Amino acid sequence: MDFFVGIKGKDFVMVCSDTSASHSIISIKQDEDKIVPIDDHKVFCIAGEAGDRVNFSEYIIANVKLYALRNGTELNTKSIANYTRGELATALRSSPYHCNLMLAGYDKETGPALYWLDYLATLNKVNTGGTGYGSHFTLSLFDKMWHPELTVDDAVAMIDAGITEVKKRLVVAPPHYIIKVVDKDGVRVVKTV
Amino acid sequence: MSIFSYNGAAIVAMAGKECVAIGSDLRFGVQMQTITCDTPKVFKIHDKLYLGLSGLLTDAQTLHQKLMFRHNLYKLREERDMKPSTFGHMLSNALYERRFGPYFAAPVVAGLEPDGTPFLCGMDTIGAIETAKDFMITGTSPESLYGMCESMWRPDMEPDELFETVAQCLMSGFDRDALAGWGAVIHVITKDKVISRTLKTRMD
Repeated sequence: MDFFVGIKGKDFVMVCSDTSASHSIISIKQDEDKIVPIDDHKVFCIAGEAGDRVNFSEYIIANVKLYALRNGTELNTKSIANYTRGELATALRSSPYHCNLMLAGYDKETGPALYWLDYLATLNKVNTGGTGYGSHFTLSLFDKMWHPELTVDDAVAMIDAGITEVKKRLVVAPPHYIIKVVDKDGVRVVKTV
Repeated sequence: MSIFSYNGAAIVAMAGKECVAIGSDLRFGVQMQTITCDTPKVFKIHDKLYLGLSGLLTDAQTLHQKLMFRHNLYKLREERDMKPSTFGHMLSNALYERRFGPYFAAPVVAGLEPDGTPFLCGMDTIGAIETAKDFMITGTSPESLYGMCESMWRPDMEPDELFETVAQCLMSGFDRDALAGWGAVIHVITKDKVISRTLKTRMD
């Protein structure tokens, strides 16, 4: 089961995902990077049905790129979030995409933003979010530890605490995780666990 | 598990003396897990018209966007805001268009007509409209909300009293509902202003 969490800090957004790719009971690889870049300052974390995940994320990323090429300007995080919701909502009553996702981005004018979307196309802007079984264990932990002036080190500590909890209490906890941060300098890997 | 109680909501609207108030809880959850506590379910259409939508949140968001679109077009053509009664009937029609594949959302419309009289109406998921002179509710614990409103409502309440009444009815109503609560927002609409207040409530 895919595990994703995201935390919005003072001037960055941090996302963590597990790095296992599996097919029913078989583990195919343990170092799959599931945090997909949309452009220099935005990433998608998509969990869910195998084909839908990749197909949907590639579709959105391609359309975002097309907009940038046509109009000479990049879309901001809020627009991409609402566009993604629109695509999910339109597909919902014909051939739904079964994926839950989070969008993390940094815009020069408005700063960091984290959006949570579920497979029914419910959109919410959040400070902390997560998908999958792991999120059941980590969200209340983050509620306690989050504050608006979070630094990168604080956020890493929060995610470490979350990962510890998941490994301890979730029966099918993934073994390895990757933590990335999105800020004014772009997307970079902070840590792998 | 019903599709209407997948997300959870509680919405109360009441009419007073030349004013209306509409309020909702702030919880957004997926079945038993709470995701955020800052998701209101009441949306502003224009200064004198607010729309509350309970049920499946994705359909509430889609409906809100579709209705904003239709109202904006109406404003461009007619050069004025839509009357609440007109809006209610438009919404009813929009819901019935999807009779055999409906939006899983139950709306409550609250507003002031151009002459200042309060307007309240509510619908089910396929647009069966009912107007009321006193109150309208929708949500995942309708019995609690009906009980509170029926006993607390009185005619001709002033804006401040109306706010208190809606607040108490909403809070006591959703305290008995596991899927709604975690804070509330209430808008009181009078002929010259709208006062919006956010309430801190029991976070369970």
